[in-house]
Amino acid sequence: MRNDYRARSHPAWWAFLVHRLSGLALAAFLPFHFWALGQALGGGAALDGFLAWAQQPLVKASEWGLVVLLAAHTAGGLRLLALELLPWRDWQKALLAGAAGFVIVVGLALALAL
Amino acid sequence: MAFLSVKVWRGDELGRYHRFRVPREANQTVLDVVTYIQRRLDATLSYRFACRVGMCGSCAMTVNGVARWTCRTHVAKVAADGHLEIGPLRNLPVIKDLVTDMAEFFDKWARAGGQHAPTATRKDDFARIAPDSRTRQAADAGIECIGCGVCYASCDVVAWNPDYLGPAALNRAWTLVNDVRDGARAERLRAVAGDAGCHACHTHLSCTERCPRHLAPTASIAGLKRVTAVAALRGEL
Amino acid sequence: MSTRTETRLWIAQRASAAILALCVVVHLVVIVYAMRDGLSAETILGRTRGSFGWLAFYAVFVLAAAVHAPIGLRTVLMEWADARGRTLAIVVHAFALAIAVIGLRAVWAVFVG
Repeated sequence: MRNDYRARSHPAWWAFLVHRLSGLALAAFLPFHFWALGQALGGGAALDGFLAWAQQPLVKASEWGLVVLLAAHTAGGLRLLALELLPWRDWQKALLAGAAGFVIVVGLALALAL
Repeated sequence: MAFLSVKVWRGDELGRYHRFRVPREANQTVLDVVTYIQRRLDATLSYRFACRVGMCGSCAMTVNGVARWTCRTHVAKVAADGHLEIGPLRNLPVIKDLVTDMAEFFDKWARAGGQHAPTATRKDDFARIAPDSRTRQAADAGIECIGCGVCYASCDVVAWNPDYLGPAALNRAWTLVNDVRDGARAERLRAVAGDAGCHACHTHLSCTERCPRHLAPTASIAGLKRVTAVAALRGEL
Repeated sequence: MSTRTETRLWIAQRASAAILALCVVVHLVVIVYAMRDGLSAETILGRTRGSFGWLAFYAVFVLAAAVHAPIGLRTVLMEWADARGRTLAIVVHAFALAIAVIGLRAVWAVFVG
């Protein structure tokens, strides 16, 4: 018999889920990101064409979302590296709060810049 | 008199929950509830218990979706609204009702090198180990495990990866890796590394969250990750 | 796959993670900074073309991603899609190759042209 959501209702598990889902999303997005930049091979005009398309609100919102996912995945990953490589301490829970805080900061900074 | 509405799992994996009405008492534990049902309401209910005072780990079951020792779980804490759901431990084959087959749990314990390999003989003097040495403290942090299976039942990697040795087995292996008297280090590191070993742990921390002895198998597994990585880089694995 | 190889995959994932963490922080700062001047091909390519230092940086970035993402994907496929053996190996290697090739192409496009 398998566990359901009740066994998973604790912060570290949610941190894992965010980390894994953000990783999958980034892995799916990355080829597209590289392809878009590769448009520059066609010269400035091709890249400009893409950048113009990227000014649409939905695209901008998605870009913001992707950067937030990147911040989340990075912060979560750094938290994991700390948990795996540093001596075990009671402040591990603070790591999760710190990681979440970093993501919020990045999200806000980018929202303001956009 | 107040009553609890209790759902209890009956049968094997293909079974279902049966409902019972159990009188609510002050200072009642979930094990008290199960015992009441078996003695007064349905004698065919199968369950395990032994010490009933939180020392043996036999009474571990899934209570409202969470693995716990039922003798140490007060009804007041988990069933404030008067509803209880009691099932067998997860991630293990169900023999009947609340009883699981623990064989695979202990097989993995053995596969992880969970036995001490002695290096001294009776003719040698006692080993002198400082209790505050780094390795002894690391071992002490994990040796109070009594093999109850709560961590194993709580771990999603165990569910997703059938070969995964699991938190208890890896925790025990870590205590032995830190035992300076042990002579099987190389084999043990080989046993605990890789996709079925410590590297499959994703630090969900469910084991650490649920361990009734407040151990941190995640910490032990992190230790194994570090030691096996060094061994792999040195070509010793 | 041997235990030793699996352990080395884990090491590669963690090492590439550390490299990526540094690269990501630099990248995020650079992007926010660049966005102040507005994003157009002229402003972007004007800065980047011919810049060897940045080319080297982003090449390392791409290669670290080409190591990190496939190893992570491998675990997810094994655990959530029950993937094993040959099929899994092919998918993972193909993904790694794709990231490396399209990524280095992008680096070339932006910094050399």
